[in-house]
Amino acid sequence: MAKYLLLKHYRGAPAAVNDVPMDKWAPEEITAHVQYMNDFAARLETTGEFVDGQALSPEGTWVRYDGEGRPPVTDGPFAETKDLIAGWMVIDVDSYERAVELAGELSAAPGAGGKPIHEWLELRPFLTEPPTITE
Amino acid sequence: MNEALLRSLTPSVLGILVRRGADFAAGEDAVQDALVEAVRVWPTDPPRDPKGWLVTVAWRRFLDATRADAARRRREDLVDEEPAPGPTPAVDDTLQLYFLCAHPSLTPSSAVALTLRAVGGLTTRQIAQAYLVPEATMAQRISRAKRTVSGVRFDQPGDVATVLRVLYLVFNEGYSGDVDLAAEAIRLTRQLSAAIDHPEVAGLLALMLLHHARRATRNAPDGSLVPLAEQDRGRWDTTSIAEGVQILQAALARDRLGEFQAQAAIAALHADAPAAEETDWVQIVEWYDELVRLTDSPVVRLNRAVAVGEADGPRAGLAALAALDDALPRHTAVAAYLHERDGDLATAARLYAEAARRAPNLAERDHLTRQAARLNAGRGR
Repeated sequence: MAKYLLLKHYRGAPAAVNDVPMDKWAPEEITAHVQYMNDFAARLETTGEFVDGQALSPEGTWVRYDGEGRPPVTDGPFAETKDLIAGWMVIDVDSYERAVELAGELSAAPGAGGKPIHEWLELRPFLTEPPTITE
Repeated sequence: MNEALLRSLTPSVLGILVRRGADFAAGEDAVQDALVEAVRVWPTDPPRDPKGWLVTVAWRRFLDATRADAARRRREDLVDEEPAPGPTPAVDDTLQLYFLCAHPSLTPSSAVALTLRAVGGLTTRQIAQAYLVPEATMAQRISRAKRTVSGVRFDQPGDVATVLRVLYLVFNEGYSGDVDLAAEAIRLTRQLSAAIDHPEVAGLLALMLLHHARRATRNAPDGSLVPLAEQDRGRWDTTSIAEGVQILQAALARDRLGEFQAQAAIAALHADAPAAEETDWVQIVEWYDELVRLTDSPVVRLNRAVAVGEADGPRAGLAALAALDDALPRHTAVAAYLHERDGDLATAARLYAEAARRAPNLAERDHLTRQAARLNAGRGR
Protein backbone atom coordinates (compact mmCIF):
# COMPACT_ATOMS: atom_id res chain seq x y z
CA MET A 1 0.00 0.00 0.00
CA ALA A 2 1.14 3.54 -0.65
CA LYS A 3 -0.25 6.80 0.61
CA TYR A 4 -0.82 9.71 -1.70
CA LEU A 5 -1.89 13.27 -1.15
CA LEU A 6 -4.38 14.68 -3.63
CA LEU A 7 -3.85 18.40 -3.40
CA LYS A 8 -6.34 20.93 -4.63
CA HIS A 9 -5.13 24.46 -5.27
CA TYR A 10 -7.06 27.72 -5.36
CA ARG A 11 -4.23 29.11 -7.46
CA GLY A 12 -0.80 27.99 -8.53
CA ALA A 13 -2.04 25.28 -10.87
CA PRO A 14 -2.77 25.83 -14.57
CA ALA A 15 -6.35 26.89 -15.23
CA ALA A 16 -8.98 24.18 -15.39
CA VAL A 17 -10.72 23.44 -18.70
CA ASN A 18 -14.12 24.44 -17.30
CA ASP A 19 -12.82 27.42 -15.34
CA VAL A 20 -15.82 29.37 -13.99
CA PRO A 21 -15.88 30.75 -10.42
CA MET A 22 -18.37 28.83 -8.30
CA ASP A 23 -20.59 31.80 -7.49
CA LYS A 24 -21.28 32.06 -11.26
CA TRP A 25 -22.64 28.52 -11.44
CA ALA A 26 -26.33 27.69 -11.16
CA PRO A 27 -27.24 26.80 -7.55
CA GLU A 28 -28.16 23.22 -8.58
CA GLU A 29 -24.73 22.84 -10.16
CA ILE A 30 -23.13 23.65 -6.81
CA THR A 31 -25.35 21.08 -5.13
CA ALA A 32 -24.37 18.49 -7.74
CA HIS A 33 -20.67 19.28 -7.24
CA VAL A 34 -20.87 18.93 -3.45
CA GLN A 35 -22.77 15.67 -3.87
CA TYR A 36 -20.10 14.33 -6.24
CA MET A 37 -17.31 15.13 -3.76
CA ASN A 38 -19.20 13.53 -0.85
CA ASP A 39 -20.00 10.43 -2.90
CA PHE A 40 -16.37 10.15 -4.00
CA ALA A 41 -15.10 10.17 -0.40
CA ALA A 42 -17.85 7.78 0.72
CA ARG A 43 -16.96 5.35 -2.08
CA LEU A 44 -13.26 5.41 -1.13
CA GLU A 45 -14.25 4.60 2.45
CA THR A 46 -16.13 1.53 1.26
CA THR A 47 -13.15 0.40 -0.84
CA GLY A 48 -10.84 0.87 2.15
CA GLU A 49 -8.74 3.52 0.41
CA PHE A 50 -9.83 6.71 2.18
CA VAL A 51 -7.55 8.16 4.88
CA ASP A 52 -8.44 11.80 5.35
CA GLY A 53 -9.95 14.78 3.61
CA GLN A 54 -9.86 18.41 4.71
CA ALA A 55 -10.73 21.79 3.26
CA LEU A 56 -8.79 24.92 4.17
CA SER A 57 -9.86 28.51 4.49
CA PRO A 58 -8.29 30.63 1.73
CA GLU A 59 -6.97 33.13 4.22
CA GLY A 60 -4.09 32.34 6.55
CA THR A 61 -1.11 33.97 8.21
CA TRP A 62 2.63 33.60 7.70
CA VAL A 63 4.49 33.19 10.98
CA ARG A 64 8.18 33.06 11.78
CA TYR A 65 10.38 32.92 14.91
CA ASP A 66 11.85 36.32 15.71
CA GLY A 67 14.49 35.51 18.30
CA GLU A 68 14.71 34.78 22.00
CA GLY A 69 12.10 36.47 24.14
CA ARG A 70 10.30 38.06 21.24
CA PRO A 71 6.85 37.19 19.99
CA PRO A 72 6.72 35.50 16.58
CA VAL A 73 6.46 37.76 13.55
CA THR A 74 3.27 37.44 11.60
CA ASP A 75 2.85 38.72 8.09
CA GLY A 76 1.24 38.06 4.77
CA PRO A 77 -0.46 37.21 2.66
CA PHE A 78 2.55 37.91 0.45
CA ALA A 79 1.82 39.32 -2.97
CA GLU A 80 4.47 37.13 -4.58
CA THR A 81 2.86 33.93 -3.28
CA LYS A 82 1.52 32.21 -6.37
CA ASP A 83 0.22 29.11 -4.69
CA LEU A 84 -2.76 28.66 -2.41
CA ILE A 85 -3.95 25.31 -1.14
CA ALA A 86 -7.70 24.75 -1.01
CA GLY A 87 -7.70 21.34 0.58
CA TRP A 88 -6.62 17.77 0.29
CA MET A 89 -7.57 14.16 0.34
CA VAL A 90 -5.23 11.44 1.54
CA ILE A 91 -5.66 8.01 0.00
CA ASP A 92 -3.99 4.70 0.69
CA VAL A 93 -3.90 2.65 -2.50
CA ASP A 94 -2.14 -0.34 -4.04
CA SER A 95 -0.36 1.42 -6.84
CA TYR A 96 0.59 4.68 -8.49
CA GLU A 97 -1.76 3.79 -11.33
CA ARG A 98 -4.72 3.52 -8.93
CA ALA A 99 -3.80 6.90 -7.41
CA VAL A 100 -3.76 8.51 -10.87
CA GLU A 101 -7.09 6.90 -11.70
CA LEU A 102 -8.71 8.29 -8.55
CA ALA A 103 -7.22 11.75 -9.01
CA GLY A 104 -8.64 11.75 -12.53
CA GLU A 105 -12.08 10.90 -11.20
CA LEU A 106 -11.92 13.64 -8.61
CA SER A 107 -10.88 16.15 -11.27
CA ALA A 108 -14.00 15.19 -13.25
CA ALA A 109 -16.30 16.63 -10.55
CA PRO A 110 -19.11 18.52 -12.29
CA GLY A 111 -18.91 22.32 -12.51
CA ALA A 112 -20.58 25.07 -14.51
CA GLY A 113 -23.12 23.72 -16.99
CA GLY A 114 -22.92 20.36 -15.23
CA LYS A 115 -19.75 19.60 -17.21
CA PRO A 116 -16.55 18.22 -15.59
CA ILE A 117 -14.25 20.94 -14.22
CA HIS A 118 -11.10 19.19 -15.52
CA GLU A 119 -9.14 20.97 -12.80
CA TRP A 120 -5.51 20.09 -12.14
CA LEU A 121 -4.95 18.16 -8.92
CA GLU A 122 -1.49 17.52 -7.60
CA LEU A 123 -0.65 13.94 -6.69
CA ARG A 124 2.18 13.64 -4.16
CA PRO A 125 3.43 10.36 -2.69
CA PHE A 126 4.07 10.29 1.06
CA LEU A 127 7.61 9.52 2.19
CA THR A 128 7.25 6.30 4.11
CA GLU A 129 8.97 4.45 6.93
CA PRO A 130 11.94 2.38 5.71
CA PRO A 131 11.06 -1.27 5.11
CA THR A 132 12.13 -3.95 7.56
CA ILE A 133 13.74 -6.17 4.93
CA THR A 134 16.37 -4.31 3.00
CA GLU A 135 18.36 -6.99 1.18
CA MET B 1 -28.46 -2.98 28.43
CA ASN B 2 -29.22 0.72 28.54
CA GLU B 3 -25.89 2.45 28.10
CA ALA B 4 -27.30 5.88 28.97
CA LEU B 5 -28.55 4.50 32.30
CA LEU B 6 -25.16 2.98 32.97
CA ARG B 7 -23.43 6.24 32.18
CA SER B 8 -25.85 8.23 34.33
CA LEU B 9 -24.46 6.35 37.35
CA THR B 10 -20.89 7.47 36.57
CA PRO B 11 -20.70 10.69 38.61
CA SER B 12 -22.25 9.28 41.78
CA VAL B 13 -20.00 6.19 41.68
CA LEU B 14 -16.94 8.37 41.21
CA GLY B 15 -18.15 10.67 43.98
CA ILE B 16 -18.38 7.72 46.36
CA LEU B 17 -14.84 6.61 45.52
CA VAL B 18 -13.47 10.08 46.11
CA ARG B 19 -15.30 10.36 49.44
CA ARG B 20 -13.81 7.02 50.48
CA GLY B 21 -10.39 8.50 49.97
CA ALA B 22 -9.47 7.74 46.36
CA ASP B 23 -7.75 10.61 44.64
CA PHE B 24 -9.72 11.94 41.71
CA ALA B 25 -7.38 10.79 38.92
CA ALA B 26 -7.04 7.21 40.11
CA GLY B 27 -10.70 6.99 41.08
CA GLU B 28 -11.74 8.18 37.65
CA ASP B 29 -9.57 5.54 35.95
CA ALA B 30 -11.11 2.89 38.20
CA VAL B 31 -14.65 3.99 37.32
CA GLN B 32 -13.79 3.82 33.60
CA ASP B 33 -12.56 0.25 34.11
CA ALA B 34 -15.75 -0.62 35.95
CA LEU B 35 -17.88 0.82 33.12
CA VAL B 36 -16.01 -1.23 30.54
CA GLU B 37 -16.46 -4.32 32.71
CA ALA B 38 -20.18 -3.59 33.07
CA VAL B 39 -20.63 -3.38 29.31
CA ARG B 40 -18.99 -6.79 29.06
CA VAL B 41 -20.70 -8.58 31.95
CA TRP B 42 -24.16 -7.08 32.39
CA PRO B 43 -25.79 -8.34 29.18
CA THR B 44 -25.44 -11.95 30.37
CA ASP B 45 -25.35 -11.35 34.12
CA PRO B 46 -27.33 -8.23 35.05
CA PRO B 47 -26.76 -7.02 38.63
CA ARG B 48 -29.64 -6.51 41.07
CA ASP B 49 -28.12 -3.23 42.25
CA PRO B 50 -26.28 -1.64 39.29
CA LYS B 51 -24.82 1.24 41.28
CA GLY B 52 -23.66 -1.00 44.12
CA TRP B 53 -22.07 -3.32 41.56
CA LEU B 54 -20.20 -0.42 39.92
CA VAL B 55 -18.99 0.92 43.27
CA THR B 56 -17.71 -2.50 44.33
CA VAL B 57 -15.92 -3.19 41.05
CA ALA B 58 -14.50 0.32 40.76
CA TRP B 59 -13.27 0.27 44.35
CA ARG B 60 -11.52 -3.07 43.79
CA ARG B 61 -9.94 -1.73 40.62
CA PHE B 62 -8.80 1.31 42.52
CA LEU B 63 -7.25 -0.82 45.31
CA ASP B 64 -5.51 -3.04 42.75
CA ALA B 65 -4.08 -0.02 41.01
CA THR B 66 -3.01 1.50 44.30
CA ARG B 67 -1.27 -1.74 45.29
CA ALA B 68 0.53 -1.79 41.99
CA ASP B 69 1.46 1.83 42.27
CA ALA B 70 5.18 2.13 42.88
CA ALA B 71 4.74 5.13 45.13
CA ARG B 72 2.35 3.34 47.48
CA ARG B 73 2.10 6.43 49.55
CA ARG B 74 -1.39 5.90 50.70
CA ARG B 75 -1.45 2.14 50.60
CA GLU B 76 -1.52 1.46 54.32
CA ASP B 77 -4.59 3.59 54.79
CA LEU B 78 -6.62 2.02 52.06
CA VAL B 79 -5.71 -1.56 51.34
CA ASP B 80 -7.91 -4.37 52.61
CA GLU B 81 -10.40 -1.98 53.97
CA GLU B 82 -13.76 -1.73 52.31
CA PRO B 83 -15.62 1.04 54.13
CA ALA B 84 -19.27 0.56 54.91
CA PRO B 85 -21.35 2.20 52.19
CA GLY B 86 -23.32 4.36 54.62
CA PRO B 87 -25.46 7.23 53.46
CA THR B 88 -24.18 8.66 50.18
CA PRO B 89 -24.82 12.30 49.36
CA ALA B 90 -25.14 11.45 45.67
CA VAL B 91 -26.44 14.80 44.54
CA ASP B 92 -23.64 16.78 46.15
CA ASP B 93 -21.03 14.45 44.70
CA THR B 94 -22.40 14.87 41.21
CA LEU B 95 -22.37 18.64 41.54
CA GLN B 96 -18.81 18.64 42.88
CA LEU B 97 -17.70 16.59 39.90
CA TYR B 98 -19.16 19.11 37.50
CA PHE B 99 -17.29 21.89 39.28
CA LEU B 100 -14.03 19.97 39.29
CA CYS B 101 -14.21 19.03 35.59
CA ALA B 102 -14.98 22.62 34.61
CA HIS B 103 -12.38 24.10 36.94
CA PRO B 104 -11.14 27.52 35.74
CA SER B 105 -7.53 26.24 35.65
CA LEU B 106 -8.49 23.96 32.72
CA THR B 107 -8.55 25.05 29.10
CA PRO B 108 -11.97 24.76 27.46
CA SER B 109 -10.99 21.70 25.39
CA SER B 110 -9.61 19.95 28.49
CA ALA B 111 -12.68 20.78 30.56
CA VAL B 112 -14.93 19.44 27.81
CA ALA B 113 -12.98 16.18 27.53
CA LEU B 114 -12.80 15.66 31.29
CA THR B 115 -16.49 16.38 31.77
CA LEU B 116 -17.48 13.93 29.03
CA ARG B 117 -15.36 11.22 30.61
CA ALA B 118 -15.70 11.73 34.37
CA VAL B 119 -19.28 13.00 34.45
CA GLY B 120 -20.61 11.60 31.18
CA GLY B 121 -18.96 8.20 31.39
CA LEU B 122 -17.86 8.24 27.76
CA THR B 123 -14.72 6.38 26.79
CA THR B 124 -11.61 8.15 25.59
CA ARG B 125 -12.13 6.58 22.17
CA GLN B 126 -15.66 7.96 21.90
CA ILE B 127 -14.52 11.43 22.92
CA ALA B 128 -11.60 11.30 20.46
CA GLN B 129 -13.97 10.34 17.64
CA ALA B 130 -16.32 13.16 18.52
CA TYR B 131 -13.55 15.74 18.23
CA LEU B 132 -11.66 14.12 15.34
CA VAL B 133 -8.35 13.69 17.13
CA PRO B 134 -6.30 10.52 17.59
CA GLU B 135 -7.23 8.50 20.67
CA ALA B 136 -3.71 8.85 22.11
CA THR B 137 -3.99 12.64 21.87
CA MET B 138 -7.31 12.63 23.70
CA ALA B 139 -5.92 10.27 26.36
CA GLN B 140 -3.06 12.71 26.97
CA ARG B 141 -5.44 15.66 27.11
CA ILE B 142 -7.54 13.92 29.74
CA SER B 143 -4.63 12.79 31.91
CA ARG B 144 -3.07 16.27 31.78
CA ALA B 145 -6.44 17.72 32.79
CA LYS B 146 -6.61 15.32 35.71
CA ARG B 147 -3.15 16.34 36.83
CA THR B 148 -4.12 20.00 36.59
CA VAL B 149 -7.05 19.58 38.98
CA SER B 150 -5.32 17.06 41.26
CA GLY B 151 -4.71 19.67 43.94
CA VAL B 152 -8.24 21.04 43.94
CA ARG B 153 -10.24 20.12 47.03
CA PHE B 154 -13.25 18.09 46.08
CA ASP B 155 -15.68 19.67 48.51
CA GLN B 156 -15.19 23.29 47.50
CA PRO B 157 -18.08 24.96 45.77
CA GLY B 158 -17.38 26.16 42.27
CA ASP B 159 -18.86 28.66 39.89
CA VAL B 160 -21.90 27.35 38.02
CA ALA B 161 -21.13 29.72 35.13
CA THR B 162 -17.93 27.82 34.26
CA VAL B 163 -19.86 24.53 34.20
CA LEU B 164 -22.51 26.03 31.94
CA ARG B 165 -19.89 27.27 29.49
CA VAL B 166 -18.47 23.75 29.22
CA LEU B 167 -21.89 22.19 28.65
CA TYR B 168 -22.71 24.87 26.09
CA LEU B 169 -19.51 23.97 24.22
CA VAL B 170 -20.38 20.27 24.25
CA PHE B 171 -23.79 21.09 22.77
CA ASN B 172 -22.53 23.55 20.21
CA GLU B 173 -19.29 22.07 18.91
CA GLY B 174 -17.96 18.72 17.92
CA TYR B 175 -18.57 16.13 15.27
CA SER B 176 -20.53 12.95 15.48
CA GLY B 177 -18.82 9.67 16.03
CA ASP B 178 -21.00 7.03 17.62
CA VAL B 179 -21.96 9.56 20.31
CA ASP B 180 -24.61 12.21 19.87
CA LEU B 181 -22.91 15.15 21.59
CA ALA B 182 -25.99 17.38 21.55
CA ALA B 183 -28.10 14.70 23.24
CA GLU B 184 -25.25 14.05 25.67
CA ALA B 185 -25.05 17.75 26.53
CA ILE B 186 -28.79 17.80 27.19
CA ARG B 187 -28.49 14.73 29.41
CA LEU B 188 -25.63 16.28 31.40
CA THR B 189 -27.43 19.62 31.76
CA ARG B 190 -30.60 17.87 32.88
CA GLN B 191 -28.59 15.95 35.46
CA LEU B 192 -26.99 19.19 36.64
CA SER B 193 -30.35 20.91 36.95
CA ALA B 194 -31.47 18.05 39.20
CA ALA B 195 -28.42 18.65 41.40
CA ILE B 196 -28.63 22.42 41.70
CA ASP B 197 -31.49 24.87 41.65
CA HIS B 198 -30.26 27.74 39.49
CA PRO B 199 -32.20 29.76 36.88
CA GLU B 200 -29.29 29.86 34.42
CA VAL B 201 -28.93 26.06 34.51
CA ALA B 202 -32.62 25.92 33.64
CA GLY B 203 -32.04 28.60 31.00
CA LEU B 204 -29.29 26.59 29.32
CA LEU B 205 -31.38 23.41 29.43
CA ALA B 206 -34.29 25.26 27.83
CA LEU B 207 -31.98 26.75 25.19
CA MET B 208 -30.65 23.31 24.28
CA LEU B 209 -34.09 21.73 24.11
CA LEU B 210 -35.44 24.51 21.91
CA HIS B 211 -32.54 24.27 19.46
CA HIS B 212 -32.52 20.49 19.53
CA ALA B 213 -36.19 20.56 18.53
CA ARG B 214 -35.23 22.02 15.15
CA ARG B 215 -32.46 19.58 14.47
CA ALA B 216 -34.20 17.39 11.89
CA THR B 217 -34.94 20.43 9.74
CA ARG B 218 -31.58 22.21 9.85
CA ASN B 219 -30.13 20.24 6.95
CA ALA B 220 -31.59 19.13 3.64
CA PRO B 221 -31.31 15.43 2.76
CA ASP B 222 -28.11 16.23 0.81
CA GLY B 223 -26.56 17.75 3.95
CA SER B 224 -26.84 21.40 2.89
CA LEU B 225 -27.87 24.03 5.44
CA VAL B 226 -31.50 25.12 5.64
CA PRO B 227 -31.84 28.62 7.17
CA LEU B 228 -34.32 29.13 10.01
CA ALA B 229 -36.83 30.97 7.80
CA GLU B 230 -36.95 28.08 5.31
CA GLN B 231 -37.14 25.21 7.77
CA ASP B 232 -40.20 22.95 7.74
CA ARG B 233 -41.73 24.01 11.06
CA GLY B 234 -44.17 21.13 10.95
CA ARG B 235 -41.23 18.83 11.60
CA TRP B 236 -39.99 20.67 14.67
CA ASP B 237 -40.14 18.49 17.77
CA THR B 238 -43.12 19.89 19.68
CA THR B 239 -42.47 17.79 22.79
CA SER B 240 -38.98 19.21 23.11
CA ILE B 241 -40.29 22.74 22.47
CA ALA B 242 -43.03 22.39 25.09
CA GLU B 243 -40.55 21.17 27.67
CA GLY B 244 -38.08 23.94 26.84
CA VAL B 245 -40.75 26.64 27.07
CA GLN B 246 -42.04 25.29 30.38
CA ILE B 247 -38.57 25.18 31.92
CA LEU B 248 -37.82 28.66 30.62
CA GLN B 249 -41.03 30.16 31.98
CA ALA B 250 -40.37 28.75 35.44
CA ALA B 251 -36.84 30.16 35.33
CA LEU B 252 -37.90 33.61 34.11
CA ALA B 253 -40.55 33.79 36.84
CA ARG B 254 -37.74 33.89 39.39
CA ASP B 255 -36.58 37.23 38.04
CA ARG B 256 -32.86 36.44 37.97
CA LEU B 257 -32.20 36.93 34.29
CA GLY B 258 -28.98 35.66 32.75
CA GLU B 259 -27.61 35.23 29.24
CA PHE B 260 -28.81 31.65 28.74
CA GLN B 261 -32.36 32.51 29.78
CA ALA B 262 -32.31 35.45 27.36
CA GLN B 263 -30.99 33.28 24.52
CA ALA B 264 -33.61 30.67 25.30
CA ALA B 265 -36.30 33.35 25.23
CA ILE B 266 -35.23 34.26 21.68
CA ALA B 267 -35.28 30.59 20.65
CA ALA B 268 -38.73 30.24 22.24
CA LEU B 269 -40.07 33.17 20.21
CA HIS B 270 -38.84 31.49 17.02
CA ALA B 271 -40.38 28.20 18.13
CA ASP B 272 -43.64 29.99 18.84
CA ALA B 273 -44.06 31.35 15.29
CA PRO B 274 -46.15 28.99 13.12
CA ALA B 275 -44.50 30.56 10.03
CA ALA B 276 -41.34 32.62 9.63
CA GLU B 277 -43.40 35.70 8.64
CA GLU B 278 -45.28 35.51 11.93
CA THR B 279 -42.12 35.82 14.03
CA ASP B 280 -42.38 38.47 16.75
CA TRP B 281 -39.19 40.31 15.76
CA VAL B 282 -39.96 43.34 17.92
CA GLN B 283 -39.87 41.20 21.03
CA ILE B 284 -36.77 39.40 19.76
CA VAL B 285 -34.98 42.75 19.40
CA GLU B 286 -35.92 43.53 23.01
CA TRP B 287 -34.37 40.27 24.15
CA TYR B 288 -31.22 41.06 22.17
CA ASP B 289 -31.09 44.39 23.96
CA GLU B 290 -31.17 42.47 27.25
CA LEU B 291 -28.42 40.18 25.96
CA VAL B 292 -26.25 43.13 24.93
CA ARG B 293 -26.72 44.54 28.42
CA LEU B 294 -25.81 41.20 30.01
CA THR B 295 -22.85 40.23 27.82
CA ASP B 296 -21.74 43.25 25.81
CA SER B 297 -20.72 40.72 23.16
CA PRO B 298 -20.07 41.87 19.58
CA VAL B 299 -21.52 38.58 18.29
CA VAL B 300 -24.78 39.37 20.11
CA ARG B 301 -24.77 42.85 18.54
CA LEU B 302 -24.35 41.24 15.12
CA ASN B 303 -27.33 38.94 15.70
CA ARG B 304 -29.25 41.93 17.00
CA ALA B 305 -28.60 43.74 13.68
CA VAL B 306 -30.29 40.84 11.86
CA ALA B 307 -33.29 41.06 14.19
CA VAL B 308 -33.45 44.85 13.76
CA GLY B 309 -33.41 44.28 9.98
CA GLU B 310 -36.51 42.10 10.34
CA ALA B 311 -38.31 44.30 12.87
CA ASP B 312 -37.60 47.75 11.39
CA GLY B 313 -36.54 46.98 7.83
CA PRO B 314 -33.21 46.23 6.16
CA ARG B 315 -32.01 49.85 6.21
CA ALA B 316 -32.29 49.89 10.01
CA GLY B 317 -30.46 46.58 10.12
CA LEU B 318 -27.66 47.93 7.92
CA ALA B 319 -27.41 51.01 10.16
CA ALA B 320 -27.03 48.76 13.24
CA LEU B 321 -24.46 46.72 11.33
CA ALA B 322 -22.44 49.80 10.34
CA ALA B 323 -21.58 50.38 14.00
CA LEU B 324 -19.84 46.98 14.23
CA ASP B 325 -16.33 45.86 13.31
CA ASP B 326 -16.50 44.27 9.84
CA ALA B 327 -13.86 41.71 10.84
CA LEU B 328 -16.45 40.00 13.05
CA PRO B 329 -17.19 36.45 11.94
CA ARG B 330 -20.30 36.37 9.71
CA HIS B 331 -20.42 40.16 9.45
CA THR B 332 -20.15 39.94 5.65
CA ALA B 333 -22.84 37.26 5.45
CA VAL B 334 -25.22 39.44 7.48
CA ALA B 335 -24.44 42.44 5.27
CA ALA B 336 -25.15 40.34 2.17
CA TYR B 337 -28.50 39.22 3.56
CA LEU B 338 -29.59 42.74 4.54
CA HIS B 339 -28.55 44.16 1.15
CA GLU B 340 -30.57 41.46 -0.58
CA ARG B 341 -33.61 42.31 1.53
CA ASP B 342 -33.03 45.93 0.63
CA GLY B 343 -33.15 45.04 -3.07
CA ASP B 344 -29.49 45.71 -3.88
CA LEU B 345 -28.90 42.32 -5.46
CA ALA B 346 -25.55 43.09 -7.11
CA THR B 347 -24.00 44.16 -3.80
CA ALA B 348 -25.62 41.21 -2.05
CA ALA B 349 -24.18 38.71 -4.58
CA ARG B 350 -20.70 40.19 -4.25
CA LEU B 351 -20.90 40.09 -0.44
CA TYR B 352 -22.25 36.51 -0.39
CA ALA B 353 -19.27 35.41 -2.48
CA GLU B 354 -16.91 37.27 -0.15
CA ALA B 355 -18.64 35.80 2.91
CA ALA B 356 -18.20 32.33 1.40
CA ARG B 357 -14.44 32.89 1.22
CA ARG B 358 -14.46 33.79 4.92
CA ALA B 359 -16.85 31.04 6.00
CA PRO B 360 -15.70 29.11 9.08
CA ASN B 361 -17.01 25.74 7.88
CA LEU B 362 -17.78 23.90 4.66
CA ALA B 363 -21.55 23.77 5.10
CA GLU B 364 -21.71 27.54 5.50
CA ARG B 365 -19.30 28.08 2.64
CA ASP B 366 -21.42 25.98 0.30
CA HIS B 367 -24.58 27.69 1.49
CA LEU B 368 -23.17 31.20 0.95
CA THR B 369 -21.74 30.26 -2.45
CA ARG B 370 -25.17 28.98 -3.43
CA GLN B 371 -26.74 32.27 -2.30
CA ALA B 372 -24.28 34.21 -4.50
CA ALA B 373 -24.96 31.85 -7.40
CA ARG B 374 -28.72 32.22 -6.97
CA LEU B 375 -28.51 36.02 -7.21
CA ASN B 376 -26.00 35.92 -10.06
CA ALA B 377 -28.39 33.63 -11.94
CA GLY B 378 -31.05 36.30 -11.50
CA ARG B 379 -33.31 34.31 -9.21
CA GLY B 380 -35.18 35.30 -6.07
CA ARG B 381 -35.65 33.10 -3.06
